[in-house]
Amino acid sequence: MSAAHEMLATTKALNRREFLLRLQAAGGLLLIADGLKIAKAADAPKYGAEGMEHGTVDNPLVFLAIAEDGAVTIIVHRSEMGQGVRTGMPLIVADELEADWSKVHVQQAPADEVKYGNQDTDGSRSTRHFLDPMRRCGAAARMMLEQAAALSWNVPAAEVRAINHEVVHEKSGRRLGYGALAKRAAKLPLPPAAALRLKTAQQFRYIGKGGVALLDGRDIVTGQAQYGIDPWFKDMSFAVIARSPVLGGTVKHFEGDAAAAAPGVQKVLQMPSSVANATFHPLAGVAVIANSTGAAIAARKLLKIEWDDGPNGSYDSDVYRAMLQDSARKPGKVVRESGDVDAAFKSAARSIEAEYYIPHIAHATMEPPCGVARIVAGKCEVWAPTQAPQVTREDVAKHLGIPAENVTVHVTLLGGGFGRKSKPDFAIEAALLSQAMDGRPVKVTWTREDDLHHDFLHTVSVEYMKAGVGADGKVSAWLHRSVAPSLATIFNPKADHEIGAELGMGFINLPYEIPNLRLENPQASAHCRIGWFRSVSNIPHAFAVQCFVSELAAGANKDHRDYLLDLIGPARKIDPDSQQDHWNHGESPQRYPVDTGRLRHVLEVATKEAGWGKAFARGRGQGLAVHYSFLSYAAAVVEVDIDADGRIAVPRVDVAFDCGPQVNPERIRSQLEGAVIMGLSLALFGEITFKKGRAQQDNLHQYRLMRMNEAPGDIRIHLIPASDWTMPLGGVGEPGVPPIAPALCNAVFAATGKRIRRLPIREQAKG
Amino acid sequence: MELQINDQTVTVIAEPDLPLLWVLRDHLGMTGTKYGCGMALCGACTVLIDGQALRSCVLPVAQAVGKKITTIEGIGASPVGAALQGAWQEINVPQCGYCQAGQIMSAAALLRAKPAPTDADIDAAMSGNICRCGTYTRIRTAIKQAAIHGGGSK
Repeated sequence: MSAAHEMLATTKALNRREFLLRLQAAGGLLLIADGLKIAKAADAPKYGAEGMEHGTVDNPLVFLAIAEDGAVTIIVHRSEMGQGVRTGMPLIVADELEADWSKVHVQQAPADEVKYGNQDTDGSRSTRHFLDPMRRCGAAARMMLEQAAALSWNVPAAEVRAINHEVVHEKSGRRLGYGALAKRAAKLPLPPAAALRLKTAQQFRYIGKGGVALLDGRDIVTGQAQYGIDPWFKDMSFAVIARSPVLGGTVKHFEGDAAAAAPGVQKVLQMPSSVANATFHPLAGVAVIANSTGAAIAARKLLKIEWDDGPNGSYDSDVYRAMLQDSARKPGKVVRESGDVDAAFKSAARSIEAEYYIPHIAHATMEPPCGVARIVAGKCEVWAPTQAPQVTREDVAKHLGIPAENVTVHVTLLGGGFGRKSKPDFAIEAALLSQAMDGRPVKVTWTREDDLHHDFLHTVSVEYMKAGVGADGKVSAWLHRSVAPSLATIFNPKADHEIGAELGMGFINLPYEIPNLRLENPQASAHCRIGWFRSVSNIPHAFAVQCFVSELAAGANKDHRDYLLDLIGPARKIDPDSQQDHWNHGESPQRYPVDTGRLRHVLEVATKEAGWGKAFARGRGQGLAVHYSFLSYAAAVVEVDIDADGRIAVPRVDVAFDCGPQVNPERIRSQLEGAVIMGLSLALFGEITFKKGRAQQDNLHQYRLMRMNEAPGDIRIHLIPASDWTMPLGGVGEPGVPPIAPALCNAVFAATGKRIRRLPIREQAKG
Repeated sequence: MELQINDQTVTVIAEPDLPLLWVLRDHLGMTGTKYGCGMALCGACTVLIDGQALRSCVLPVAQAVGKKITTIEGIGASPVGAALQGAWQEINVPQCGYCQAGQIMSAAALLRAKPAPTDADIDAAMSGNICRCGTYTRIRTAIKQAAIHGGGSK
């Protein structure tokens, strides 16, 4: 077990799908380890997009079509869930193409990674991985248009130039629009990679600029945008499913007659569940199919189901928390060590300990999981809000028992994703129910209760921290134990340690200058579905580390910012391998070292802009946090105003962010604004608890999300400009979240003197 | 039964206690109005009934008979709706966009009642609408902009 995970942790370019496939294919962990060894010996490590399944494609004939009227259609092969990829990706192609944005249309690619390259929309990597391929794609098309014009005019290609949707021959003043050239251009050979002329950064017209409106903006505000919950056919059926309330549970017996007799009901059936409740397979349950979702919901209440809860029927999150604490207080598997920690603790002037708890968090996308499927002549069409189109296609095919080429997955807009919709159980359910209805179109909708009860939850974690400090307050020894059930458990229920990708999220790659350090990861098992939630393990790791540093600073009677800057140490570039982080987000350690200069800088900018150090009345104060994740650097300063009843208002948040070059700064800002709200939401209210294996929160009154009247009135995003476009891109969607919760809790301390060591805060600020 | 939706009369056959949301979405294929919680907690399903913002997920369809129902598909026909839709686009409010139909419907009811809303008015009118992506600051800005640009004058 541990040997296999060691292998997983040391594999450089391991992505989620490979991970899944290897675990599935192997059926035993020994085989995985062997497989990886072979792969490692045979291949040089592949990084970035090339390390992903099906890599990248940059062929303009795949991604681009130009009509005779000049309309340009650009295919987007990544899923849109609010991060702006349907605007950002075409913007790159259009820029190199020298296209007029007003003539650009976007079309969503179906699932087909052989054709389009990797489509997994997660890990904050779409723009990072596809900036270069999409630039090459646009540039190749531009050169083909230029070539076509040169041939038409019988002049050397070097004399013509594409400018704003036309090719111009300046010598003769002739010009031809893209529409007129498209047919001829499409027949020309693709320019060889070495001959591609990419624009210089000075020539960019959309990349890195503002002023590009959201492509779907109009459809969204007029109610025309198509989400996964929206496809509608006249002969469609609507389904909801009563699923096993406990992970691994099965239907022992059910009575469905009353439901079947309810108004509008067409069919009541037990879900086929031939596979164990792991990976993305649908859970066991009973489906009600009706002439409307509302009728199906009403009828579902009439079902009488006797469940066999299986092995997780006793899962209790309070008991489990005590177990995690117990583990965190004892030595665990050492994942990184330097110096002599034990000796340093002995010689330290004093030591400080703290323990932090971060509970399960639900994604709660506003559009709950849902999907539509129909089957005609053995071919299945699926409409799904999926972050993982190819996995959806393969899994639907497997469950229907048909070849993947007979499954078409139409990727709709996603009404929120945050990692939940990487797991396509909802689409598989729709396909299975369409099969049960003789191929008729069926829409499956998860009610909000279903969503909160059966999510692939954010892990639950206890983080134990201990530091030895000298008389000067400086840290001489650092011990951090992180204990949390791993997301690997949905692929292998027996997995009991954090995998490399989880360790590499702000735990093992701690970039501080500490001479004696030991990081340990004790065992933990899972009793509900654990999945990746926006920012993943960075949330507990950043929470613990950033709150603990605040405690150390206070203990040393030092300013938090100054203390943290001192702890980070001087500007330097750290090799992730030297920190035992062999994952490094799948990126090259040479191209992506951890740059403490950039980490320091975001902290300096955020605190300066927020007016760090200014005086506040009692009940008010500021807190800060800084965190490196997804290859980007983020610092936050949160200001709180806490009343006598402990109610926390957040009037202002400042975020400084360095993700390297910024392709679409407007959407970067919106992602960071959203990350502030999500971070505050989870810190203040976010918790799913379990009793008898069952999630206790039913709907949004029990699983609270931040609302307008609670949101900061003033969110200021400070983007750090990149020195130039040769800098590698960092991620954007996720790295804004981790610093928010600790910055908020540190602000609560500044305002009240109370330490928050357990999330969510709820009433803890009360006097 | 007969319903007046966006100035058109439509006939539907449905159980009288079926929530209006499902009549719109599933019986009529008008999918602009969204499901979010089924308990009037999130506001994604907000429509106007005789100008008042109501949650269609808990409103029995029978109670909407004889009243003027306006949905996101029809709100643009009013100056308030058009102003809001314009401001939403200018400010690039949406992220995923799923909740925004409900947000715009609540904002339309607000501007009809209060053409120049204060922050407190906005809090009161909009706090029933959850945005998981966290677009609240932009929603606030967009409502104020729509109010200034004539949206507030009906």
